[in-house]
Amino acid sequence: MSARLSPETHPLTARIDLAAPLDRKGYEAAGGYRALRKAVKEMAPGDITKLVKDSNLRGRGGAGFPTGVKWGLVPMGPDAGRKYLVCNADEMEPGTFKDRLLMEGDPHQLVEGMIVAGYALQATRGYIFLRGEYVLAAERLNRAIAEAQAAGYLGKNILGSPWSYELFVHTGAGRYICGEETALLNSLEGKRANPRAKPPFPQIAGLWGRPTVVNNVETLCNVPHIVQNGAAWFHGLSQGKSKDAGTKLYGVSGRVKRPGCWELPFGATAREIVEEHAGGLQDGLKLKCWLPGGASTDFLLPEHLDLAMDFDTIAKAGSRLGTGLITVVDDRQNLLAVLRNLEEFFARESCGWCTPCRDGLPWTEKLLAALMRGEGRPGDLEALEQMTRFLGPGRTFCAHAPGAMEPLQSALKYFRAEFEAGIARPPAQAAA
Amino acid sequence: MATIHIDGKPYEVEADDNLLHACLSLGFDLPYFCWHPALGSVGACRQCAVKQFRDENDRQGRIVMSCMTPATDGTFLSIDDPEARAFRAGVIEYLMTNHPHDCPVCEEGGHCHLQDMTVMTGHVARRYRFTKRTHLNQYLGPFVNHEMNRCIACYRCVRYYKDYAGGTDLGVFGTAANVYFGRETDGVLESEFAGNLTEVCPTGVFTDKTHGEHYTRKWDLQFAPSVCQHCALGCNVSPGERYGEIRRIENRYNGSVNHYFLCDRGRFGYGFVNRKDRPRRALARRDGERRAVAPGEALAHAANLLKSARRAIGIGSPRASLEANFALRALVGAENFFDGHAALEGALVARAVQILRQGQVRIPSLRVMEHADAVLVLGEDVTNTAPRIALALRQAARGKQAALAAERHIPAWQAAALADIGQQQKNPIFVATVDATRIDDLAVETLREAPDNLARLGFAVAHAIDPNAPAVAGLAAPLAAAAQRIAQTLLAAERPLVVSGTGCGSACVLEAAANVACALKARGKKVELALAVPEVNSIGAALLQPADAAAHDLEHALQLLASGAADVAVVLENDLYRRAPRTRVEAALKNARLIVLDHQMTATAEAAEVVLPAGSFAEDDGTVVNHEGRAQRYFQVYDPTYYDAGAAVRPGWAWLMDLRAQLHQIAPDWGHFDAVTAATAQAFPELARIVEAAPNARFRLRGLRIAREPHRYSGRTAMRAHLSVHEPRAPQDPDSALAYSMEGHHGYEAGERPAALTPYAWAPGWNSPQAWNKFQAEVGGHLRTGDAGVRLFEPLAHSTSQGYFARVPEAFVPQPGVWRHVPLWHIYGSEEQSARAAPVAELAPKPYVALNPADAQTLGVGENMLLDVSLPGTALRLPLKLKPALPRGLVGLPAGLAGMPYVAPGTAVQLSRVNVA
Repeated sequence: MSARLSPETHPLTARIDLAAPLDRKGYEAAGGYRALRKAVKEMAPGDITKLVKDSNLRGRGGAGFPTGVKWGLVPMGPDAGRKYLVCNADEMEPGTFKDRLLMEGDPHQLVEGMIVAGYALQATRGYIFLRGEYVLAAERLNRAIAEAQAAGYLGKNILGSPWSYELFVHTGAGRYICGEETALLNSLEGKRANPRAKPPFPQIAGLWGRPTVVNNVETLCNVPHIVQNGAAWFHGLSQGKSKDAGTKLYGVSGRVKRPGCWELPFGATAREIVEEHAGGLQDGLKLKCWLPGGASTDFLLPEHLDLAMDFDTIAKAGSRLGTGLITVVDDRQNLLAVLRNLEEFFARESCGWCTPCRDGLPWTEKLLAALMRGEGRPGDLEALEQMTRFLGPGRTFCAHAPGAMEPLQSALKYFRAEFEAGIARPPAQAAA
Repeated sequence: MATIHIDGKPYEVEADDNLLHACLSLGFDLPYFCWHPALGSVGACRQCAVKQFRDENDRQGRIVMSCMTPATDGTFLSIDDPEARAFRAGVIEYLMTNHPHDCPVCEEGGHCHLQDMTVMTGHVARRYRFTKRTHLNQYLGPFVNHEMNRCIACYRCVRYYKDYAGGTDLGVFGTAANVYFGRETDGVLESEFAGNLTEVCPTGVFTDKTHGEHYTRKWDLQFAPSVCQHCALGCNVSPGERYGEIRRIENRYNGSVNHYFLCDRGRFGYGFVNRKDRPRRALARRDGERRAVAPGEALAHAANLLKSARRAIGIGSPRASLEANFALRALVGAENFFDGHAALEGALVARAVQILRQGQVRIPSLRVMEHADAVLVLGEDVTNTAPRIALALRQAARGKQAALAAERHIPAWQAAALADIGQQQKNPIFVATVDATRIDDLAVETLREAPDNLARLGFAVAHAIDPNAPAVAGLAAPLAAAAQRIAQTLLAAERPLVVSGTGCGSACVLEAAANVACALKARGKKVELALAVPEVNSIGAALLQPADAAAHDLEHALQLLASGAADVAVVLENDLYRRAPRTRVEAALKNARLIVLDHQMTATAEAAEVVLPAGSFAEDDGTVVNHEGRAQRYFQVYDPTYYDAGAAVRPGWAWLMDLRAQLHQIAPDWGHFDAVTAATAQAFPELARIVEAAPNARFRLRGLRIAREPHRYSGRTAMRAHLSVHEPRAPQDPDSALAYSMEGHHGYEAGERPAALTPYAWAPGWNSPQAWNKFQAEVGGHLRTGDAGVRLFEPLAHSTSQGYFARVPEAFVPQPGVWRHVPLWHIYGSEEQSARAAPVAELAPKPYVALNPADAQTLGVGENMLLDVSLPGTALRLPLKLKPALPRGLVGLPAGLAGMPYVAPGTAVQLSRVNVA
């Protein structure tokens, strides 16, 4: 990450310093906590929600749900009682490492985002549900919270207003499913991390049965900038490359020359990200296919590289933007091995609540392993295809298994021959 | 109401139901696992998928889980849609990937919901060819067996055990395809309702261990509609017999009483029926030696005793049927009949009957108790005296969740959402008892007081609610404050419930509870008053007592015998040693000649000159009246002479009828059971409706009797081959409309088989207990033909005079050196019959004496140290149990345990430390 980024074009990452992130004073010197002052002193909570709605900020956790709309579902007014804001910082999507950058490199930005969003919702308490392995982020966030508390940005009657708000970091115990917002809430309550049925949505009955908003780290980090600079400014950040507003943290992992994470205008093309920023594939390797935004997105092909990396464009191509962090698969990799590895992950991370996910994913993984060993049997591809339907959206309790089916169904679509090659031929045929 | 369209046809359903509930209530077959009528929907198993369409023109549709989809007006859905069917079969295939397919050796086979659902989906061929995960099993105690490898992870067990029954020691461990349902370590399941896991579990993970020890498939069992014998709540049960033994008890659905759940005492306490030491031949004493004699000889012997008697008295029993007690009364005459309760207990039951009769407030069924929104438990340790009430109160507390959810328009079947919204919030329950209880975790407030002080608290609550109720003078300030809190909470409720009973041995407590209920009624509240009484037919027996009950208590009977005023006693199904101090009983029996009718070889039977082997509830028909005044019929399960021609076991009423005939040299007048019931009903106007408790012996459906055996019952020609290769004619049953056969009526269709004559649940495709769906008007609701039993008492529409009880007792003050006895009840051990079942006896505590630790300190004793317990006429040496909640000045003794003598509640007791030489 270059140190010479402009806050005009790189609002999220301009202040990032992974070695020595800004403390409160430094953060304030760099323009921090101005949005908080503006919000609490000059704006009504509803104004902020409206502003966020107007900005067209969409959730950066992967689903892209309009943040302002989500906030608008929360009951407001003096009788609304206890409410919670929860930051989903359980970043565990394979190939995704953007929130870590934000939390480790500029913890006060998230803290400010949590306070401003908390004010907009008139929340009584905020939680940052943090991936347990993010030890450094936990340390830095806790320090930032303590500094904010000391400065009167947290606690009772913040900046002299009638509003009081506390903020806590809660570290997870290492389950991918905790990234599912309702499983996260159960985990935060000390229960098994099983997702909840919706409705009721968390905005109505969330944490401890109270109205709750769950937002991703990157989403919340955008909030202070929107409050400070306005909706029009935010729309302008994507430079007309996309209908989606703002910047996006994009990244690449896999065998490229420079794996990494960059803040770019929303709608940058995959080619720009993979070839310019990541330096293209390592010498001697050719791109075979790529996952646009994490393990639970459909594979795309090299021919899709010129597509804008935004929610609608990638959806139209048959995949999902997801987290926006690309994983490349090169021509030397065994696709079945890649898939088997992914499905093993998903099978292991199933919460075990619903049948198709709990029992279908291990079966999927075992079928892929058999095909890899050349021990596939006639019917195995049909079984896998059935899996992609029966573990699809609406069939399972949450989006975990449907996510697991996305790379599988696209691999079956694009590389069916590689699967067929894994089916053991009868001895007579093998000899021939 | 809402109109929904299922596969093109419109149906009227309740709009606040989910689609699964609606479809099942309409009679459709739709498979499910995680859903249960009593547990609601969570959407885990994905088995109940249907296709839902936007409107009538939508051909595409989408798969939805019917349990999680509201039955909104105008819903279009298809059960039969090929994609939905394929998905449902697919779900079974997934579930089966780790299932061991061990049906032939699995105890669940033949009444297995998983088998039923598998067949229903049409899944037949396994494609999964990889290894299955395996688990180690746990020891869970003498009742429930654990075989985790069969688990399909529907989560019903933990949802029932933790969420519904409040258990804390069964949970789910692990994740993904490795979820494990069990305890942290091996050990006896703590919940008194753990046995319901055997029915809640859709497969063979949790099975009835007592059944496994003498296993028979459901289709090979002979059943009868029956009523649990182990407390006064009258839960309906389905005992199953094979080879002359009861092999298991399964829940028998009654939508007003127990619905889906029993307590473990009721489910696992049947072993007394199978005991080898039961009297199965008539016995008579000649020349000091007692020996088996022919029934005729025993009858003649007994008749001679009665003929030559100066005065013969009959001591009936609260554990015998109305008919048997009535037959005894007919034999000895009303003036010589005693209902067989212990003297004090009889007075308490009589008080409960008085409250029933007065009809000031309504006495609720178990099901009604579940809907209370505020509860005062006064004096009764319900978990140990009327266990199923504890489970009902747990549902009352949980009602708060549904109320909170309703405010947010979340339907009550959204089980997980209810728990999330409700969190720890409960409807208020006050538990005011002598000692700590197992429902204290439900309580907003617990109070621990001596019985007299509990009564004073109750009187004060009543007075705080209605100033016309008598006030309590000099009430201690903390109790007065508590009374105010309780009064305010009950007044703020819409459906307050008062629960009390005879358990703490105080009439004042019962009266105080009645006053609270009456006061609430006077304030216009829709209040219910539940009174726990000791035994299955306590109320029934008391209803047969003459009006001058005091002259008919057991003390009086023993007095008559001891004084020689009466010299012969006919004792029906009663062990006097359990109901009076040993010295009193011995003094009475010393001069008396005793005829005992019983199915157990009790200490009283041992002392008898003539023993007539009476049938237990499994070999007899009878009517019993439960705590709410509901008369219910139980039927003979099997003919005890079928495998043992020499067995002389006969219904108690039949012995007594024949004895009366022999005595008066007349022909037996009743002939069959219905005549006894009719005679009882005729003699007691209050009991007029007991004849309606079940259809009579002439009842036929389509010209058929009701079959006791499933139509697949096998081996009839072979099962007696070791006795004779000639198959005898099946036993005939002149006493009921049931047949000892697989031939007869098996139907379940609407209005066909009356609930009181439904021996077991079965419907085509439904072999598990979930078959009750097919018998219910609405799934989980009342039975189509009406729930079994008739309520003999309904409250007056308008209370007449207030009729408050006015006898406020003096405050209890501990006396130095003297302890006031209070009985401590144990679900396992305190009840006579179940305590004779080995697995129940295994969990019964050993005799002990309990004291407050501060009192123990004054005696210089500690936990498990021996104390000499000195009672009038008896001395005991017992180990001490410290009970911190037990008020000072009280001494607790376990009630009814084997090895414990009878101690009247309230007895003054002296204690001294045992000095070890």
